[in-house]
Amino acid sequence: MADLKKTPLYGEHVAAGAKMVEFGGWLMPVQYSSIIEEHQRVRNCAGLFDVSHMGEITIKGPDALALVQKLLTNDADRATGDRVIYSPMCYPDGGVVDDLLVYPRGEGEYLLVVNAGNIDKDFAWIQENASGFRVEVSNISAATAQLALQGPRALEILRPLTRVDLASLGYYRWTEGQVLGVHCLISRTGYTGEDGFELYFEAAAAPTMWRNILAAGREAGLVPAGLGARDTLRLEAALPLYGHELGPDISPLEAGLHRFVRLEKGEFNGREALAAQREAGVRRQLVGLTMIDRGIPRPEYPVLAAGKEIGYVTSGSLAPTLGQNIALALVAAGTVSTGGEVEVSIRGRVNRARVVKLPFYRRPKK
Amino acid sequence: MNFPAHLHYSKDHEWVEVDGNRARIGITDYAQESLGDIVFVELPQVGDELATGDSFGVVESVKSASDVYAPVGGKVVAVNEALLDAPQDINADPYGKGWMIELELSDPSEVESLMDASAYLELVKEEKGE
Repeated sequence: MADLKKTPLYGEHVAAGAKMVEFGGWLMPVQYSSIIEEHQRVRNCAGLFDVSHMGEITIKGPDALALVQKLLTNDADRATGDRVIYSPMCYPDGGVVDDLLVYPRGEGEYLLVVNAGNIDKDFAWIQENASGFRVEVSNISAATAQLALQGPRALEILRPLTRVDLASLGYYRWTEGQVLGVHCLISRTGYTGEDGFELYFEAAAAPTMWRNILAAGREAGLVPAGLGARDTLRLEAALPLYGHELGPDISPLEAGLHRFVRLEKGEFNGREALAAQREAGVRRQLVGLTMIDRGIPRPEYPVLAAGKEIGYVTSGSLAPTLGQNIALALVAAGTVSTGGEVEVSIRGRVNRARVVKLPFYRRPKK
Repeated sequence: MNFPAHLHYSKDHEWVEVDGNRARIGITDYAQESLGDIVFVELPQVGDELATGDSFGVVESVKSASDVYAPVGGKVVAVNEALLDAPQDINADPYGKGWMIELELSDPSEVESLMDASAYLELVKEEKGE
């Protein structure tokens, strides 16, 4: 595992006894105690994730907005002031290069947060698209650490550590300020289906920040949480994972991300292909399944309707909060309906599943 | 980690407890710890014939599904059905409540090719890079 990249918190994870695994070219903690325990802790209390493997790319210059608009399917005109937007980034054929968060950093400056495994590919793609635009594109991933504090108690844990008015920071809004004396970009975002915050700051401060936030939250029940729990949490919330629900051969419309594809905003990469898909209707659609029979649906297992293969599982797992085995599956459009039954072929055995409305889990309203 | 001295061990991390021509089989403490939370188990039927090296079941953690192989050959004479509802018993008690199957050995001398606890401990150390 010598060639794998490590975050600035690698030493902290090893010292905490984390089980380390390869993820997208990075050596990351999959769990500290147990995936199920960490999952439940995030749902009921709070968990701290090292997500420093995620990539950060800045686009600066007079044509920054024009380039961002060309790259993304969502309308970057909506990313203004303190508003963060989520968007797929497509190839001209409508396949997905990556999905990312966009932070507007004032006049002519955007911060794009991209998936760990896609950093180099995205950076090359953005540079390629930037030709003719008056912009400067920089990959600041290595210099940037990112922590995600997630769970219903995230606000009460982070509040005493900063003078920033976190309580009035809305969902998908960001601000800047000091947390434990370290300058951070703070956003009310996450990938777990819970309330929470993501902090971006200089990589050198990561170990101190990690230790101090964990110490500050200990009494409230905060624990470090690994990528294993992050995956089960995001699956329950039906949030897409690149390489599973999204990829070069899956369009954002097939993945059900219609509201992040703004055909009316004007030209962008993939617009024509996506407009045609919308016009003709998508060939495949992403659906949610809960297993009726025993067995855990895993990625790539075939999905059948009345004995005929109609698609495959993109993500599947035991859902710790629901106590059920669940899956996201990409199936031929029009072959299933909510409430209907399908089958998942698990190691050659056919197991019944029910098609359900997404997300599987939605956090209770306060 | 616990590797009882009276058991025999396979390179695939199964343990075998021999009683006459019968053998009880499960996965080791190291195997359960490596897998993490075990959430599903698939077991064979009583009466199934297993050759050495046959996959006889599947143990699934939150993240993955792993085959379990017969360290010795024989006929399945008992299956721990309780695991179907309580797969976490393998995590909690891998050599006790977490047993998986019992075989009637087709060739009891096969047991001699398995590792004893100290040889198995060496293998585990090697895999962990210690």
